[in-house]
Amino acid sequence: MNPTPTKQLLHVEDLVLHFRTGHGTVQAVDGVDFDLDAHRAVVILGESGCGKSSLAKAMLRLLPRNVESYSGKVFMQGVDVMALTEEEFRHNVRWAAMSLVPQAAMNALNPVLRVGEQVAEPAMVHLGAKKAEALDLAKRMFQHVGVPEDFLNRYPFELSGGMRQRVALAMALVTSPALIVLDEPTSALDLLTQANIMNVLKRIKHELGTSFILITHDIATSSELADEVAIMYAGQIVEVGGAKDFFPAPLHPYSQMLMASVPHLRSESDPMFITGQPPSLIDLPKGCRFAARCPFRMEKCSEEPPVVTQGNRKVKCWLHA
Amino acid sequence: MVAEIKQTRIKEMKIELAPLLSIRDLHVWYELRRLGFGHAGYVKAVDGVSFDLAPGETVAVVGESGCGKSSLMKTILGLNVPTSGEVVFDGRNLSELKGSDLRDYRFQVGYVQQDPYGALPPFMSIQKILEEPLIISGMKDKDARLERIRKVMSEVKLYPADDFLPKFPHMLSGGQQQRVVIARAMLRAPKLIVADEPVSMLDASVRVEILKLMHALQAEHNLSVIYITHDLSTVKYFSARIFVMYAGNLVEKAETRRLLENPLHPYTLALLAATSDPDARNAESFKEVPPGEPPSLVNPPRGCRFHPRCARAIAGLCDQQEPPDFEPEPRHFVACWLYRPEEQEQ
Repeated sequence: MNPTPTKQLLHVEDLVLHFRTGHGTVQAVDGVDFDLDAHRAVVILGESGCGKSSLAKAMLRLLPRNVESYSGKVFMQGVDVMALTEEEFRHNVRWAAMSLVPQAAMNALNPVLRVGEQVAEPAMVHLGAKKAEALDLAKRMFQHVGVPEDFLNRYPFELSGGMRQRVALAMALVTSPALIVLDEPTSALDLLTQANIMNVLKRIKHELGTSFILITHDIATSSELADEVAIMYAGQIVEVGGAKDFFPAPLHPYSQMLMASVPHLRSESDPMFITGQPPSLIDLPKGCRFAARCPFRMEKCSEEPPVVTQGNRKVKCWLHA
Repeated sequence: MVAEIKQTRIKEMKIELAPLLSIRDLHVWYELRRLGFGHAGYVKAVDGVSFDLAPGETVAVVGESGCGKSSLMKTILGLNVPTSGEVVFDGRNLSELKGSDLRDYRFQVGYVQQDPYGALPPFMSIQKILEEPLIISGMKDKDARLERIRKVMSEVKLYPADDFLPKFPHMLSGGQQQRVVIARAMLRAPKLIVADEPVSMLDASVRVEILKLMHALQAEHNLSVIYITHDLSTVKYFSARIFVMYAGNLVEKAETRRLLENPLHPYTLALLAATSDPDARNAESFKEVPPGEPPSLVNPPRGCRFHPRCARAIAGLCDQQEPPDFEPEPRHFVACWLYRPEEQEQ
């Protein structure tokens, strides 16, 4: 791994985000590394409480008040955005280069503003566009996400869940960022609506060349968009690799067991489950964090596992060392 | 693609037995009022649903939100009063049950909620939560209650029970909370379990564990189970039959294997096509999704309710007349004009 930050869209190195709580320090994001090239999508897969939403917040520097530590390097188009001041970050990075579709975004629209105005607003604030230009941009974004033009003048309550999700996506797109972070974009939606939204994301990726970080727990749906897959467990990324390599043959024992727990519609498989629970992010075990649930546990696993590179895949496990 | 699906574990259907639950032309309509006064129409949440459920049989009701599956479920639980039609349980009509008979009925039907955390009162310990149904059902002896609770807790694999009894719901993981919910449903030895999306709020690795647990309980106690879900990929591990629900109607009813191998209704086909299996090749193609959205249940479209979204709709027929249930192959019912007998003879 030899970072050449100028060639890639995004390079994240040793990103840390810890929270202070009454029970102790929650190590939600604890040394995350990954890279993303332009026009690609990486899926961050993990179960609830693994720190994946905190990773989204850390990427966009949308931090709550109880942050204990926040460090690491995030190179966006060659610029270390972690070195920027809050004001510079707000002007040049958030929305302009990287935008977020937060979890349950469709319920986060302002109920008393027309959706067209809400989509236009980031363009006015971040691109300095006039209101008419911004509304024109919003109209174009509506076409990309498949919302009829006349919906510009509607209020959120007049739209279905799927349509509101598309509006939230249009809002993230309106400033033409190079990267969009999607936090569980389909989890509250119906099956057919989910398929529709995934189609929209694929189309945007082809038509506009936007890159995506898709944060989800839904393994089957994630494969609809993934070029690369990163598996997150207890605050760390334990495996990262190309989707074509990962889906047929995951490397890390956790990834293998997670994949084996997915019921398949089109083939006969007997899904398995993982016994035990993930460790508390307050009181993490020494060494490998999955060791307590791992069927391949060895003595060595009580030491911090190395990140092993196999071709363009990486896995944090002693088995592959 | 679906033809490869083999079904091994599902038991033979027990069609010969007298049904445990029989639903006859059930309608559940909610009245809409304008400012609390004038009548403004009905929400036709369930509009003409009929089926039989044999003792020990498991069915899945598959449909999207707003298709009326929750209204159907609540009516079976006795929480909604049907507008018309009948719910007959064990030979007795639900609408005729009153007072203690209705309470006895509810003891025979267990309910597993969707969101385990929302279904457990946060200020009650697990012991209190599990004792309450027993107290209400008149079990006065505390030791007997605890004995029953321990037995059920071991059945749902919450052991050692004494570790869990003093805890509060927030101290348990999602999977453990769902086990408590299942234990609560099992306490009164029900004959029927209604499970409303029992695993949709859980993580992937826990989901299968809960489904397997429910399957084991079903087999051991010969329970009838109505499994309500939107996730077709979990259905075949659990249910002998599938009912597909769309806009208040059951549009297709068949044995699980038959339905997955040979889906007939265009809506069922759309649901199956939209369900992904994890595969990197998915990213290379677009999914085929029918246009539009499910209709309003206040003013459903004339004729077949799916016809505005259906690519194979027959003009002059599908938009005029509501299709009845056809049976193009034995025990496979589909409410779609494409399968009317003349069509097959041609």
